[in-house]
Amino acid sequence: MLLQPFHGGVRLPPHKPGDAAPAPQSLPLPPELVHPLPPPGASGACAVTVGQRVRRGEMLAAAADARGAAVHAGSSGTVTAIAPRPVGDGEATCVVIATDGRDDSAPLPPLADWRELPRERLLERLAVAGVVGLGGAAFPAAAKLAAPGTILILNGAECEPWLRSDEALLCHGAVEVLAAAQLLAHLCRATRVLLALESRMHGARAALQAALAAPGAGGVELVAVPTRYPVGSERQLIRVLTGQEVPSGGLPRDLDASVHNVASAVAAWRAIVHGEALTERLVTLGGRGVRGAGVYRVRLGTPVAHLVAHAGGYTDAAARLVLGGPMMGQAVAHDAVPVLASTQAVLVLGADELRAAAPERACIRCGDCAAVCPAQLLPQTLLAQLREGELEAAAQQGLSDCIECGACAWVCPAQIPLVQLYRDGKSALQVQEDERARAAQARARHLARAARLARDAAERVARVAARAPATAPAAAQPAATAPATPAAAATTAAAPMDKAAVLAAIARGRARRQAAAPAGREDAP
Amino acid sequence: MKAFAVAPAPHIHAGRSVTRVMGHVLLALLPGVAAQLLFFGPGLLLQLALCLAFAAAFEAAVLRLRGKPLLPHLADLSAAVTAVLLALCLPPLAPWWVALAGMAAALLLGKHAYGGLGHNPFNPAMVGLAAVLLCFPREMAQWLSPLAPLSLSPSELFDAVLRGVPPPTLDTLSSATPLDTLRSLAHEGRTLAEIRRTPLFGNVGGKGWEWIAAAYALGGGYLLWRRVIRWQVPLGVIGASLLVSLPFWLSDPDTHPSPLLHLVCGGLMLAAFFVATDPVTGATTPRGRLLFGAGVGVLTLAIRRWGGFPDGVAFAVLLMNLAAPLLDRVGPPRPYGHRRAGAAP
Repeated sequence: MLLQPFHGGVRLPPHKPGDAAPAPQSLPLPPELVHPLPPPGASGACAVTVGQRVRRGEMLAAAADARGAAVHAGSSGTVTAIAPRPVGDGEATCVVIATDGRDDSAPLPPLADWRELPRERLLERLAVAGVVGLGGAAFPAAAKLAAPGTILILNGAECEPWLRSDEALLCHGAVEVLAAAQLLAHLCRATRVLLALESRMHGARAALQAALAAPGAGGVELVAVPTRYPVGSERQLIRVLTGQEVPSGGLPRDLDASVHNVASAVAAWRAIVHGEALTERLVTLGGRGVRGAGVYRVRLGTPVAHLVAHAGGYTDAAARLVLGGPMMGQAVAHDAVPVLASTQAVLVLGADELRAAAPERACIRCGDCAAVCPAQLLPQTLLAQLREGELEAAAQQGLSDCIECGACAWVCPAQIPLVQLYRDGKSALQVQEDERARAAQARARHLARAARLARDAAERVARVAARAPATAPAAAQPAATAPATPAAAATTAAAPMDKAAVLAAIARGRARRQAAAPAGREDAP
Repeated sequence: MKAFAVAPAPHIHAGRSVTRVMGHVLLALLPGVAAQLLFFGPGLLLQLALCLAFAAAFEAAVLRLRGKPLLPHLADLSAAVTAVLLALCLPPLAPWWVALAGMAAALLLGKHAYGGLGHNPFNPAMVGLAAVLLCFPREMAQWLSPLAPLSLSPSELFDAVLRGVPPPTLDTLSSATPLDTLRSLAHEGRTLAEIRRTPLFGNVGGKGWEWIAAAYALGGGYLLWRRVIRWQVPLGVIGASLLVSLPFWLSDPDTHPSPLLHLVCGGLMLAAFFVATDPVTGATTPRGRLLFGAGVGVLTLAIRRWGGFPDGVAFAVLLMNLAAPLLDRVGPPRPYGHRRAGAAP
């Protein structure tokens, strides 16, 4: 298969000793599981009460909407609190479960005959089981699979360096991955199934080839893509595999393609074939600040401290705790946060691995950032524009096409925190857009009111004129042809008509944008 | 519960820094320095020492005035690069005040007046060079015959540079540069073949200069290999020079120097790899860089042919610095997912 290169990217120093990925290790159950609920305001109501006994897989909260996901208990136990707890770098209302160690589960009825079932039934099951993308974005699989695509791409290329969870899954669960591929191909109605893995994953390749040779398997093309960050990013992977580019602001479905992380595919398969809700995931533990680096099978809601303690504990080098990879991961202030569906990795980085806290220097316009930018932007120009407050110009340069992969900040010799700047710029753009939409709404309301008042006045005048035709026949003439205060009202009545059309167009655009905004999460790597 | 300090992603870094970039440039200049020492004697060492000392002094003084910390800014080596570039362009026996004026113009006017490294629109070394070319035309014209300065005693050297007393043998030592000779002789109507027979010329270009140019190209190759510079600028300079001079030379090889002669004479090679590649004052897009380099090459040749100075590299670079912001707007790359036209889809 002919692979297309994508622009830019960086070759990051490998941090993975050995060739074959380590087999996933299990952890003892934590004494306490912390499950964040859908954000307040979303309609997903909490389905349990304090003191209630729950079993593994029991629903704690239903999906808030089509883009939300249901939350399930990670193990059996008693709900001890429904209260705010630290999650990631913030706080969220969480269901806290004191586990009882029995790990009883409450599976959904298996749908082993999925080939015969209607597609809607299967998608509904995925939604009920809370299956979300495990590649980092945690976008609900049901919503993503609702749009069919003739090309199904299973993404086994890690999104970031140092991550090994997907590789471990491919090495040690190749059969399940291929079974899941068939299910997803059925769901997408795909005619072509590609499984992308990185060229360095020799063990995974061998395992998959062995599994493909088995009877009944097949129909999946293995493609080894070059190990070049960020090849695991959806957009870059599509470019490499198909040579096409997802339109700016669009989604893979615009190219009739559907991209799913391999772990998400397996989770979907388990939800349908075994009736298992999403309650665990593979997490890479790494970095010089922690002992027992490897891949762990972790229940969602497990506190990071529990994972680290049972892996071997912190070393003296531990300097930064990162949820996710070293390029895009989120640094958190303490380890009392739970592992979520989006937590691909827990890295405890040593001071020697971290970027030096060197003071930021002025940009010397070396252009290295532009050379590595996979979105083919000019980061140095964006920097200058954002520093000057020229938000519009930056937007025109493609600020919103930035995928925040961090390649620019990684190479920058002046140590400028470019990604941070772009993130700030994007949120400023969002605020501006919201304000503009609000202003348009207010203007539309005002004009509608003015039009209504004018209409009322016109009707009043017409009524008065109709009631007294004899008393003022001369005055009735102009009142009938031009209601309200004659000619002036006629022009104002005509003008709002045009403006109303424009405003309706703006409102339509806004609705489209709003529909696209949450969907934008879907394309995160 | 263990607490950690947080910081924005990415959490790792390639380990490149401005200091390392400048360090690579200094390293890459070593072959050129060695070649120039070989042909023009240890006067260059004095010029280097003077320029570096003035650079350190000016840099420190301005940083103090601007209330900036000394160490991180001095340690970025950018002033050292400016100093070495200027020293390489000064005649080996030029008196010390030439270096002083050059560095003052370079660092005070060319760099800090605009806000320091990263904010200067003009290449500081070329600002310094242009200033001394205009202020000290006589001193700047006193280039020595290749290999001749090696006969100077150290005391004569020190007298010339530090006290401004030229050695008694100056007239026999000094000569015009090959480019000067080309200009003046061509204006007298002599053919190139005759000129080329004068002892100033070697096999390809000016005697000695051809080796110096090769040494600069070697250093430039190192910078390309270390990815400190990109290929667009050198290709632009060299390609445009060759393309522009080739038709002239082919049409009349008796009056027009060959493309190769143009390349190896004067500062064109130095400019191609070390001056026009200055990222701060050049264009940043790949296409802009190609145009920037081509502009430097064409303007240099034009100044050599029609201008008032034998070598126009400094002025060519400064003129192109002026055009850099415009060149940045030529053909920006098409972002991923956008259509060819560059407009948002």
